Amino acid sequence: MRALPEKYLRPLKLLAFVVCLGPAFVLTWKGFHNLLGANPIDVITRSTGRWTLTFLLITLSITPLRRITRLAWLIRFRRMLGLFAFFYGSLHLMTYVWLDKFFDVHDMLHDIAKRRFITAGMTAWVLMLPLALTSTAGWIRRLGGKRWQKLHRLIYFSAAAGVVHFIWLVKADLRRPLTYGAVLVVLLAFRIFLWIKARLSSRPTAVRQAIHT
Amino acid sequence: MIKKTSDVASSEITPKSTYVNRRKFITGAAATVGAALAGGFYLRNHFDESTTVHAGGAKLSGVVKSPFSTSETQTSYQDITNYNNYYEFSTDKYEPNGLSKNFRTRPWTVAIDGMVKKPKKLDIDTILKLAPLEERIYRMRCVEGWSMVIPWVGFPLSALIKQAAPLAKAKYVAFQTVLAPDQMPNQRSRDVLEWPYVEGLRMDEAMHPLTILAVGLYDEVLPNVDGAPLRLVVPWKYGFKGIKAIVKVSFTDTMPPTTWNRMAPDEYGFYSNVNPHKDHPRWSQAMERRIGEFRKRPTLMFNGYDQVASLYSGMDLQKNY
Repeated sequence: MRALPEKYLRPLKLLAFVVCLGPAFVLTWKGFHNLLGANPIDVITRSTGRWTLTFLLITLSITPLRRITRLAWLIRFRRMLGLFAFFYGSLHLMTYVWLDKFFDVHDMLHDIAKRRFITAGMTAWVLMLPLALTSTAGWIRRLGGKRWQKLHRLIYFSAAAGVVHFIWLVKADLRRPLTYGAVLVVLLAFRIFLWIKARLSSRPTAVRQAIHT
Repeated sequence: MIKKTSDVASSEITPKSTYVNRRKFITGAAATVGAALAGGFYLRNHFDESTTVHAGGAKLSGVVKSPFSTSETQTSYQDITNYNNYYEFSTDKYEPNGLSKNFRTRPWTVAIDGMVKKPKKLDIDTILKLAPLEERIYRMRCVEGWSMVIPWVGFPLSALIKQAAPLAKAKYVAFQTVLAPDQMPNQRSRDVLEWPYVEGLRMDEAMHPLTILAVGLYDEVLPNVDGAPLRLVVPWKYGFKGIKAIVKVSFTDTMPPTTWNRMAPDEYGFYSNVNPHKDHPRWSQAMERRIGEFRKRPTLMFNGYDQVASLYSGMDLQKNY
């Protein structure tokens, strides 16, 4: 059956939670064992950045996966995955604020205004913030499903800003950031495809005929 | 008062089998933790082993000290050889060490040509005997915002230049890295950079006593990962000016092309002097993280080598970056 019995959901969610914490755990473990190499702060920054983008893309792949596999219960994992994107994004931001800038607000504001890759990265994080805050059932109720859904489409822009952030910061060799970009394009293209399909099928026959004449 | 012999019901007394089991469990747990620790240490040692340098390493003799050396704390051999940009092997700084271990540095000849009286092809072993080898402990500032203190072994570039006897009209020196796509994986792709890597210096920069050709590190033969068998070191410029695995030195009267400048002219100029007041368009150059240190430190003009300032007097360093 496509449906997942409720009794499996909790342990599966717990398992997913532990797996999602894996990268943070590995980083911490390596940090305590001096295994982060010559420039640990650089490793932490890059790793948390890559995991943020990865979790954003995984979150965005839930809807296409659900449509293709018809496994409706996949949606039950989406909030957790999205919140993990926010978690790694916040760790990434903290490495910048703390380990790179040492809380120098003036310097950071200067950076955000002047350096376009920082601007893009900040945008990506700020766009995630309202999504994380309104991720609770209470907020879905308060906003109403439709409006909540509209608001949460911000994730498309957050992910796009994240990819642009990555593209703009590399010195040469765009292959890695463009791989993330390609996956994002596929995931967004799927939504455009769904949207066009829905519009075409919802159009009354009369209108469709009118167009064709 | 004498306490009653026992308030404990016999049912509450832990049966022997249970506490024996508990002992077994604790012993087992201890053994597991021990095994995990041992495994950890094994992995760690193994990790160290896999990241040690495979080429170079032979002791260099007769290395003399130099007054140009800094007394700052030197970056460890481990960090110098395992955190390094060598795009011919990988764009990841941790990978070139492993990927370069089988790189062949013999036979090796360096062609000297262009505007010279005596164009020649010099064997690397001849080059090693051109001048007394000196230890030069230099600061190295990468354009990416990190720095090291590296005890190079080498000799002044001027010693090689004198061998070639450049013509008076020669105003620049151009350098070229070996093109060996069979050994350097990234050279098989044009997506990374244009190959071979090329660099250049103005003649007065090339003749400056601080400018050296390095053949060693920590009193040993230069490891492959750091540009063996012969690389340029110009301590007041960003690290990428220090071209590695040199096979050609040419003299010209026009400013030679340089790889990073061709790649992004608004980001990397021909001079690329370390300059905290001239930001990279995408990040600040005011601070740097010295490898091994937690907090960033201010970057110094000309990387602290003020004696080169006169080379650029009257030049607008905001334009000539």
